Amino acid sequence: MLSIENITHSIDVWLNRTFSPTVAVLLESLIVGLCVIGLFALLGLVLVLMERKVSAYMQIRLGPNRVGPGGSLQTVADTLKLAMKEGLTPDGADKFLFNLAPFLVIVVAMMILAPVAFAKGTQIWDINIGVLYITAISSLSVIGILMAGWASNNKYSLLGAMRSGAQIVSYELSAGISVISIVVLTGSLRISDIIASQQDGWWLFKGHVPAVISFIIFIIAVTAETNRAPFDLAEAESELTAGFHTEYSGMKFALFFLAEYVNIFIVCAIAATLYLGGWMPLHIGHWAGFNGVMDYIPSSLWFIGKTFFLIFMIMWFRWTFPRLRIDQLLNLEWKYLLPLSMVNLLLTALIAIERWHF
Amino acid sequence: MFLKKYISEVFGAVRSLLKGMRLTGYYFTHHKEIITQQYPDNKEEMRLPDRFRGEVVMLHDEKNEHACTGCTACELACPNGTIKIITKFDITPEGKKKKALDTFIYHLELCTMCNLCIEACPTDAIKMAQNFEHSVYDRSKLTKKLNKPGSKIREGVE
Amino acid sequence: MIEEVGTTEQGDLVINVGPQHPSTHGVLHLVITLNGETIKKVEPHLGYIHRSIEKMCESLSYRQFIYVTSRMDYLSSHINNHGCALCVEKGMQIEVPARAKVIRVLMDELTRLASHQLWWGAMAMDVGALTPFFHAFRERETINDIMEETCGARLTMNYMVPGGVMADIHPNFQKRVKEFLQFFRTKIDEYDELVTGNIIFCSRMKGIGYLSPESAVSYGCTGPTARGSGISCDIRKLYPYEVYGELQFDEVTVAEGDCFARYMVRMQEMRQSLSIIEQLIDNIPEGEFQAKTKAVLKLPKGEFYSRVETARGEFGVYIISEGATTPYRIKFRSPGFSNLSALDHMARGHKIGDLVAIMGTLDLVIPDIDR
Repeated sequence: MLSIENITHSIDVWLNRTFSPTVAVLLESLIVGLCVIGLFALLGLVLVLMERKVSAYMQIRLGPNRVGPGGSLQTVADTLKLAMKEGLTPDGADKFLFNLAPFLVIVVAMMILAPVAFAKGTQIWDINIGVLYITAISSLSVIGILMAGWASNNKYSLLGAMRSGAQIVSYELSAGISVISIVVLTGSLRISDIIASQQDGWWLFKGHVPAVISFIIFIIAVTAETNRAPFDLAEAESELTAGFHTEYSGMKFALFFLAEYVNIFIVCAIAATLYLGGWMPLHIGHWAGFNGVMDYIPSSLWFIGKTFFLIFMIMWFRWTFPRLRIDQLLNLEWKYLLPLSMVNLLLTALIAIERWHF
Repeated sequence: MFLKKYISEVFGAVRSLLKGMRLTGYYFTHHKEIITQQYPDNKEEMRLPDRFRGEVVMLHDEKNEHACTGCTACELACPNGTIKIITKFDITPEGKKKKALDTFIYHLELCTMCNLCIEACPTDAIKMAQNFEHSVYDRSKLTKKLNKPGSKIREGVE
Repeated sequence: MIEEVGTTEQGDLVINVGPQHPSTHGVLHLVITLNGETIKKVEPHLGYIHRSIEKMCESLSYRQFIYVTSRMDYLSSHINNHGCALCVEKGMQIEVPARAKVIRVLMDELTRLASHQLWWGAMAMDVGALTPFFHAFRERETINDIMEETCGARLTMNYMVPGGVMADIHPNFQKRVKEFLQFFRTKIDEYDELVTGNIIFCSRMKGIGYLSPESAVSYGCTGPTARGSGISCDIRKLYPYEVYGELQFDEVTVAEGDCFARYMVRMQEMRQSLSIIEQLIDNIPEGEFQAKTKAVLKLPKGEFYSRVETARGEFGVYIISEGATTPYRIKFRSPGFSNLSALDHMARGHKIGDLVAIMGTLDLVIPDIDR
């Protein structure tokens, strides 16, 4: 059967046969790098179009429908437009940091992609501390935003960056603790182990109350972490014009824009991996017949379907809710979500120690 | 008691959020609610109301005759100096001199479509047309001459 | 004066909000002094859209000057025109036919609905929800279509003339308005579902931008802004003009004085406007739509004042006439200007996000403030 796993395996075998192992690894890294960049470009185009269409239908509009069939090439045209534009650097800006910031943000987004399992056996790097790696790297993106806000020498940008800093640092806690709940239940930090543990049912549907609670907290926290409405205070269009990227234009702006959507994809992919079984088809216990039927759907489709479902949820939030204020945002985290997720973690630990989980 | 109130508050909050999501979800799935008009494509079937004020035109009949006596009532009624009427003196068959319209100049770029000139006209010589696509590449094209070349006043209009 | 450097001696951050800023809805320029995120002072700077309308009106005749007032508060242009027409009629002692009176009130209330709908969408957009704006425009477009059919334009109609209205209502008018009433009755419940009940929206609104009744009076606030502080100031009730005295409707006042109170006043006013239109739409008396007036209007020597209730508050027209065909001096009392002056008082001590919310509830139309 033709699957991504077979393709990657045969490429690996062929490279190792043709070249020495060192050259083969280098070539593989190159291919992976190109694939990631290609994936980024594709994600940017697809997700921006998806967001525009989703928002349009919710707002009783049609959305882009002129460029290409059904408006499908609209984002390509937008990207071309942005690429043509002059990348301005303001006179008073710190030129080095100003130009570094968008690349930092995008590099961070690329690095988190490493341990994500896209399909059965398709993972760039199955590191044994996968979840920890993701949590650690994702905290780095705030540096890029702070850098952009500070180096712009613009007061709106500065306020946006400071808000973003406070926000991401706070919500990282809840997101981290909810992730740990699943790690406690699974007993492993390795992504492939976590997926394998959902062989007989996804964590969300296994009937563990703490898992469900931690899923809800995780979704709220990552919405905040990716600066999406109703937590888009770092951009807060009606308050700070565009927040931390007010001064950016052209391709540098496009990189921020791209990073936002790639980050959404990544957090949704992680949520899908941890709670919805990643590429694991829908299995119910040990119903062999049902599970066998579900296995016929390719694992990559499962993964993409789950991820896009979660992305749609996050878009749905954005186009329905008003924005929170900065103090309400921090109240929500420190007074509600953090205590709740800690109690939840305690509960999970109890379940794990007593071996009540299955 | 406190806990009960707290929990009911939280549930009320979540319900209010879900209500909004239900509404947007309804519109997301019901595409027939979309009200967008595809403007340049629907030009054929698009109908503007008769009273829509697009621009001032002068009515000419098939004999190339209009009803304007050149009385300048519209020029006086216009708040912006949009209309400028140049008159001339025609010689009637009886050999008398009679004031008549020479050129009706209409500055579309100054017009605010307030309809006061139409109201002021005693002979209903001008009216508002429904054309609203006025953009041109040269501003001078917006200064229009409303009476057609060679046109003259209709018999019997005083 | 504020220094260009951007910080004051106390180390506060000074930010220019506007004249080009997404939340100011026009060319309003606010200089805000911040301590972190907390607002210490708000200074509105005006003049970016000053067109000296009052001076312009001095050179226009009493028929002509009315159309200019549509360009002030363009969202309630009918009501502005109405105020001017009333003032001229007062001076000339023109008796307006009963039909024209009812048509005028109908148009006023439709305008008020359209204005409040736009406000509702823009208000929600200010606090970060983008979808309500489009939902509000769906209803507003329906009203605009009705207006277009009868008045000939969608925004600056110039439909009111001294002595009545410019043209009779379109034959379809009553049918379409009734359809709209039915349609909007269902949609206004959706408004509540989408925004009013939303917990995030409530927490953004409640307790923010408190305006006490005393300060509302002392700043000269009128309209929903003052009625949100419990002040009864509806010109339609206090000094009824046209047929408002004979109608059954409530003046909406909410006592809390915060943003949510002002929001609720407008939401309930929409329902009141609906009931006014319902009362009138089947009872338009037959007759003339315009009184016979002289071709050239000349107001007698003297001073004339009339006021109407626009969607934003009290709109006053003050004409000094020397007996000529043009006014000697015209002064407009626009509601937005006084309402804006209370912004500093309301916004102090709140966050930047609240400033945007407060501005949203004031329902500012900048050309109305600047003239």
